[in-house]
Amino acid sequence: MKIVKIIAWVALIAFVIIQFFPTDKNESYTIPETDFMMVNKVPSKIENQLKVSCYDCHSNNTAYRWYSKVQPVAWFLENHIKEGKSELNFNDWDNYSDRRKKSKLRSIIKQIESGEMPMDSYTLVHRDAVLDSVAMNEIISYMDELK
Amino acid sequence: MKTIKRSIGTVALVATMILTVSCKDANKNEAPSSASNEVIQENMDSSKNMAMNNSQNAMAEAILKDYFNLKDALVGDDNDKAKMLGGTLAKSLGNLDKSTYSESQQKELTDIIEDATEHAEHISESDIKHQREHFKILSKDITDMVAITGTATKLYEQFCPMYDGGTAWLSTKKEVRNPYYGSSMLKCGKVQREIN
Repeated sequence: MKIVKIIAWVALIAFVIIQFFPTDKNESYTIPETDFMMVNKVPSKIENQLKVSCYDCHSNNTAYRWYSKVQPVAWFLENHIKEGKSELNFNDWDNYSDRRKKSKLRSIIKQIESGEMPMDSYTLVHRDAVLDSVAMNEIISYMDELK
Repeated sequence: MKTIKRSIGTVALVATMILTVSCKDANKNEAPSSASNEVIQENMDSSKNMAMNNSQNAMAEAILKDYFNLKDALVGDDNDKAKMLGGTLAKSLGNLDKSTYSESQQKELTDIIEDATEHAEHISESDIKHQREHFKILSKDITDMVAITGTATKLYEQFCPMYDGGTAWLSTKKEVRNPYYGSSMLKCGKVQREIN
């Protein structure tokens, strides 16, 4: 029984200690001219949906929730966002060459079509990010037009 | 007994801390891979005077060779091999010397290489379905690259009307071996163009 107590204490102490490890926050209050929404005439419905469903991990600004300050959640998010932005950053859209834009559009369509994006671990908490079949079709046909 | 347990506890705590700290470090150390490419690039620049055209074509030929190896892995439905060869291709793409081409060609090559590298990298870490999706665009990139760099080898551009609304790829052989379907539809497709 004693050992359980010790383990619990260790876990608690470790949990407290890791709270002091800093993370890089993904926050920016200006929208660059290269942003997807600035470069393209995006219908407002699609714009809103993309911002809700994609921008948290695919732009320079994440709308953080309270639990994002708690470790190890903060690390998990930091890694996801970093990876997400390296794949696709809507804020940097116009910095991509035409060739790459096409590639990205194709990937966006494939990922949404197959339901891989937005990720399950994200939509589990962010229920408003879930794309129903109507929203899905709207986004896909819009992206298809841009291609 | 008590001290033993306590020391186990301390070790566990220290281990947790070290682990978390080292995870942080690992994240920070990801970047420098492109730096090593630059070194190679520089080395190539210095040897340029010796055999400029040869080395340039040699790099384009090396890229093609890696592309065909990757294609063969996909024809053989070999996910692991394709992963490995995707990584190889990503590296050789970074070595292309663009210096002797015109400004507009250089820009186009830069765009091609950037896009192709991204697809090759994805191929190096995906399941075979995704590998084939990326291989489609990669094939377009490589075809566009060859249009600029040229090649000594005779190539066949082949076309499968069934995959993703019609998809092309390059091969050194006239016989069709379909990299998008592998064994399930090995011979689906036709030669649509000969290069050289």
